Amino acid sequence: MNLTRRNALALGGAAIVVSLVPVNAAFAATDLTMADIAAFTGGADVTEGGIELTTPEIAENGNTVPIAFSAPGAKRVIILADGNPSPGVATFSFSEMAISEGSTRIRLATTQDVIVVAELADGTYTQVAKSVKVTIGGCGG
Amino acid sequence: MAKPRVKVPKTAAAGEVVTIKSLIDHKMDSGQAKDKEGNLIPRKIINAFSATFNGVEVMSVKLEPAISTNPYFKFSFKVPETGDLVFKWVDDDGTVTEKTKTITVE
Repeated sequence: MNLTRRNALALGGAAIVVSLVPVNAAFAATDLTMADIAAFTGGADVTEGGIELTTPEIAENGNTVPIAFSAPGAKRVIILADGNPSPGVATFSFSEMAISEGSTRIRLATTQDVIVVAELADGTYTQVAKSVKVTIGGCGG
Repeated sequence: MAKPRVKVPKTAAAGEVVTIKSLIDHKMDSGQAKDKEGNLIPRKIINAFSATFNGVEVMSVKLEPAISTNPYFKFSFKVPETGDLVFKWVDDDGTVTEKTKTITVE
């Protein structure tokens, strides 16, 4: 795309509008993310809360962002990065022996929401989202 | 090649919850990055990780390219008895790396 002055101004304007909209991941998630959530839940309703998600507020390096979750009673947990080219990050499965929590390091292309959806033992689903500011994106290139 | 490192307690009380850390050396080429000539580097990642205790799966993870270089996982589980904890990593090219650690219940 040729970045003309007019385009640049338009983009800047759009960015300001976007930043003014309050972030609510449940409704702001991209179609790709929504499709991944639907594939995980089989289209079931997803409630909010019940999961503790720990992310840095600001990640200086998007190549390795530490995240941790605790989803008591969860059988399966999916981690999604809403602003990545492909939102899927990882899907955890826990047996009865395991505690339903985990930590890992993920790549974030840009500032975005990290969404965690858990399938609980009774077959219901719950989710939580957190915004992470990324200073240097982590998708190479 | 992929070199795994794990941190597992040698001993535990029966029913004790222990925390496990695992890491494997792997570039995790996402398929998004380009080399110096501008060519796309093909995807090559660890796509599956699992931990099995005495033949029963404790936990497993399906990995996507958004997992960082040298995939790291920390998890916890309740040790029922003395046994072997077997870690397994599966590469896109089919290579399987395994590591076994024994936990003794005192």
